[in-house]
Amino acid sequence: MSFIVNSGECMGLYGCSGSGKTLLFRAIADLDPNQGKVLINGKRREDFSGSVWRKKVGYLPAESSWWFPKVSQHFSSIEDAKLRYLGFLDTKIFDSEVSRLSSGEKQRLALARLLSGLPEVLLLDEPTANLDDSNACLVETLIKNYCKKQGAAAIWVTHDRSQLERVSQNQLVMKNKTLVDL
Amino acid sequence: MIASSQEIISLSNERIFLAGLLIVALGFFTWKADLGITKPLLVSSLRMVIQLFLVGLVLVYVFEIDHPLPVILIALVMLLVAGKEVSSRQKYKIKGFWSYGIGTVSMFISSFAVSVFGLIAIIRADNWWDPRYAIPVLGMLLGNTMTAVALSVDRFTTNVWNDRDIIEARLIIGETANEAIKDIVKDSLRSGLMPVINSMAIAGIVSLPGMMTGQILAGNSPDDAVRYQVVIWLLIAVGCGFGSMIAVKMVSKKLFDERERLRLDQLSVK
Repeated sequence: MSFIVNSGECMGLYGCSGSGKTLLFRAIADLDPNQGKVLINGKRREDFSGSVWRKKVGYLPAESSWWFPKVSQHFSSIEDAKLRYLGFLDTKIFDSEVSRLSSGEKQRLALARLLSGLPEVLLLDEPTANLDDSNACLVETLIKNYCKKQGAAAIWVTHDRSQLERVSQNQLVMKNKTLVDL
Repeated sequence: MIASSQEIISLSNERIFLAGLLIVALGFFTWKADLGITKPLLVSSLRMVIQLFLVGLVLVYVFEIDHPLPVILIALVMLLVAGKEVSSRQKYKIKGFWSYGIGTVSMFISSFAVSVFGLIAIIRADNWWDPRYAIPVLGMLLGNTMTAVALSVDRFTTNVWNDRDIIEARLIIGETANEAIKDIVKDSLRSGLMPVINSMAIAGIVSLPGMMTGQILAGNSPDDAVRYQVVIWLLIAVGCGFGSMIAVKMVSKKLFDERERLRLDQLSVK
């Protein structure tokens, strides 16, 4: 399979469970050994160390992971504005404990954490799966704005066809570990 | 200081048998309580008795011929057995030769180097390999380092296995492999070194260490016994510290590839 995502654009990726979407994301983010050829702005993955590459490729898994007790410990710094964008009217959430957050809050904060590293590529694995409609809408807008402003390229996985139409300029479907056109 | 010149009381077989009866009694109660440790308890006790009597025979021979070769041979056997023991105490093992090699190499670098330094620079016997000093010093260092290395490595691989999602989540945001496992390394080394640190903290107050007790029983002055014990404890702490650090570093190198990807396929589960 082979595809290009232009900077500032979002490509929708659709496919049933087990079709290989996560495998593809893990390969692009260089988490598993793979033979693929991946480039950002013409530069090969092998031109960067693993950690530098993964900083450029922001991968948001379906389940977020947290390793310190407090939210703030996971961020070097964060703008209040970004939290407000993500629907946190009370930015005190930044000082709260991770164990007290709902899965939706965790997902939105994981997105904030990811974007604070200013990645050039976004790999989004069902970023709004745990969110209600209004928060899903906020996340969609934030990601679209981020891509436009930073010139980032995004690949968005979702099972929601109408969301795919809203967020992406072009779509691909995965079946049995290969890509097919929608 | 009064040095006793009294001969040590010899322990006949019957007297040793009395101590053995106590173990049999303990074995009976653990069997009754269905604790599942009766067999290992009895097997280990029996192994200990046989191994110590055999090593006693070997040492008599080694002391008599007074040559470095048998000392080096004994040291090598001790090291290889300790390496095997470290490997067998792991729930998650590195695949292939390194399951065995990591313990052996880390103990070789730490225990051997520290023992040789202690023998040459501190104890300063006429021959550094003098079996009367070299074998007990190396034995004590290896025994303690082995426990520390086994504990550290076991804790490390278990935590990496259980926390793989967190490690990958940290790699995803651009942390290096070392940053992503920093907390696990800290925790593993702490758990490996805590027994030694705690033992040093209570030495002389709650417990009298084995070597010191042995020297006092053998009729040496408590002052000499204390001096030897202090040096041994310090060497043990250094051996354990370096041994654990080297071993954990070696395992972590094996668990990440050149692209700093977490490679749990390098581990096999017991």
